[in-house]
Amino acid sequence: MEKKTKRRDFLFTATYAVGAVGAGAVIWPMIDQMNPDASVKALASTEVDVSAVNPGKTITVLWRGKPVFIRRRTSEEIAEARSVKLEDLKHPEKDEDRAENPEWLVMLGVCTHLGCVPLDQKGDYNGWFCPCHGSHYDTSGRIRKGPAPTNMEIPEYKFVDANTIKIG
Amino acid sequence: MSEHEYTPKSKVGKWFNDRLPLLTLANHLTDYPTPKNLNYWWTFGGILTFCLITQIVTGLVLAMHYIAHADMAFQSVEHIMRDVNYGWLIRYIHANGASMFFLAVYIHIFRSLFYGSYKSPREVIWIIGIIIYLLMMAAAFLGYVLPWGQMSFWGATVITNLFSAIPLVGEGIVTWLWGGYSVDNPTLTRFFTLHYLIPFLILGLVVLHIWALHVPGNNNPIGIDIKKPSKDTVPFHPYIVIKDGFALLMFMIVFAFFVFYTPNILGHADNYIEANPLVTPAHIVPEWYLLPFYAILRSVPDKLLGVIAMLSAILILAALPWLDTSKIRSAVFRPLYKQFYWILVADVLILGYVGAMPAEGLYLLIARIATAYYFLHFLVVLPVLGFTERTTPVPLSITEPILGGSPNLAAAKKKDSFKDQ
Repeated sequence: MEKKTKRRDFLFTATYAVGAVGAGAVIWPMIDQMNPDASVKALASTEVDVSAVNPGKTITVLWRGKPVFIRRRTSEEIAEARSVKLEDLKHPEKDEDRAENPEWLVMLGVCTHLGCVPLDQKGDYNGWFCPCHGSHYDTSGRIRKGPAPTNMEIPEYKFVDANTIKIG
Repeated sequence: MSEHEYTPKSKVGKWFNDRLPLLTLANHLTDYPTPKNLNYWWTFGGILTFCLITQIVTGLVLAMHYIAHADMAFQSVEHIMRDVNYGWLIRYIHANGASMFFLAVYIHIFRSLFYGSYKSPREVIWIIGIIIYLLMMAAAFLGYVLPWGQMSFWGATVITNLFSAIPLVGEGIVTWLWGGYSVDNPTLTRFFTLHYLIPFLILGLVVLHIWALHVPGNNNPIGIDIKKPSKDTVPFHPYIVIKDGFALLMFMIVFAFFVFYTPNILGHADNYIEANPLVTPAHIVPEWYLLPFYAILRSVPDKLLGVIAMLSAILILAALPWLDTSKIRSAVFRPLYKQFYWILVADVLILGYVGAMPAEGLYLLIARIATAYYFLHFLVVLPVLGFTERTTPVPLSITEPILGGSPNLAAAKKKDSFKDQ
C-alpha cells in the first residue's frame, strides 16, 4: 500500500514539474516579445558633429529616442563643478569622472526622477532644472536639490576626431 | 437567487427556461427587492453602467478611424475631428465620457464611505469595486496616450518611469514596458491594445460586482439589515428603474453640457501639440481625476517612497472594511464619523487642488499635510473611532420611525440600538 502511494506521488510531482516547465516555455515568448526588438536595438549609436558648438552653448541630439545634451562648458562652469565637495552631493561623483574632457559635458538629458527633459541654464545651481517635479542639477548635471535620486546619466561616448562625438 | 421559484407563463418560455434559465435571471432582476429609502446617491451604479457602455460604443467607433502608429496617430485624431462624419462628436463624447465616468465613480465611492456600504457582509463587492477603479485609472491613462500629443507622450513617460523606482529590476521593467529605450511606436501600439482590452475586463467585473451585490442586497441610508421582501422593500422594476432613469437624465444634461459647450475644458491645450521627445511641456499635470494621487506622489521627496505612498493611498481602500471597526454602517448615526468624513472629502479636494499646482513653497507644504492626514484618517481615525464613538440610536426597520407606534420613539429605540452590543 505504502509503496503504491509513493509511486503515485512521484508521478504527480513529475507531471506538475513538466507542466510548469511547459507553461513557462509558452509564457516567456509572450513576455519577451515586449522587450526592445532587433530594429530598435539596431539604432543604438549616433555620430554628432560638434564643430559649431561654441563655449556656453548646448546642443541636444536624439539617441535611442532620448535627448542627449552636449554642452561646451565655460571655464567658470568647469571651476564651479570641480570645486564642489563630494560630501555636499546626494549622489557623489567627481566632475573629472563625468567629463573627462572638462570642456565637454555629454549626458542623457533625462531627469532621473520620472524621465522629463530638464531645462538648460536654470535652477539654483546654474545647471539644469526639471520643470516636472522641481529637481535642480549643477553644471556637471549632478542632482543637488529635489526628488531625483541620481545624477543625470553619462552615456558611453568617445571623440572619433576633434569635432565628432560618437554616442553609444 | 430568487426567493420564490419562477415559471414562465408561455410553453416556449418554459421550454427555453428549463434549458437556459435566462428568464429566471430576468425575473430576479425585475423583482429584486430594494430598500425603499434609497436616495439619489444610490443612482450612480446605474449611471456608471451607462458610462461604461458609452465608452465602449464610442471607443469601438473611434478605433475604426484611429491609427495606432507614432507617425500617424496625431494626424488620425485630427482626421477624426475634421473629416469623419460626426467624428468630433464621437471623440468629444469619448474624451469627456472618461471624466464623467470618474465623476460618477467618485460620487459612488464617497456614497459608500458615508453609508458604510463597504462593511460586512459587502466586503467583496467593495474590493471588486476597487479593482474596477484601478482598471479605470489604467484605461484612462492608456487612452490619454493614444492621441500622441505632448501631454500624451510626457504623461506616458512620467507614469511608466514610476516603475523605475523599483530596486534592481525597475529599469528592466521600464524598458520592457516601452519596448525600446524611450516611449515610442512600440509603446503606442501596445497601449492601444491594452486600452481596447481593459473595458471588457471592467465589464466582466461589473457583472461580478452586481452579482455580489445581489447576494446580501443593497445597503441603505440608515445602514440596517432589512428583511427581503418586506414592507421595507420595493421591487427593482419599476420603482428603482424609474428613479435611476430620472437621475441618469439629469446626469446626461451635465455630460451634454461638457460635450457641446466646453469640450476641451477638462483637457490640456498642450495635447494639441504633436509629441516631441526633445521638449517637455513646462507644466505636466495629469487629468483632474488623478490629481489627488499625483499630489501624494510629489509630496514625498524620495522617489521610491513617493511611488509607494501613491500606490498605498489607493490600495488602503481595499483594507477599509477591516480598518473601520465601527459596527454601525451609516454615518447618519455616527456624529463624530460624520465630521471626519467631511474632513476627508475636503482633504481629497485639497490634494486635488495642490496636485494641479507647482510642487514648491506653500503648495508643497499643504500637499504634505494633506497627504499625512489622508493616511491618518484610514490608519488611526477609523480604527479608534469604532471603539470610542457614542453612536445615536438606530431604528429597527425603515418603516419603524413612522409606523413604530410609540410616541416617544427615541426612548423606545434606545434599548434596541446597536450601541449596547
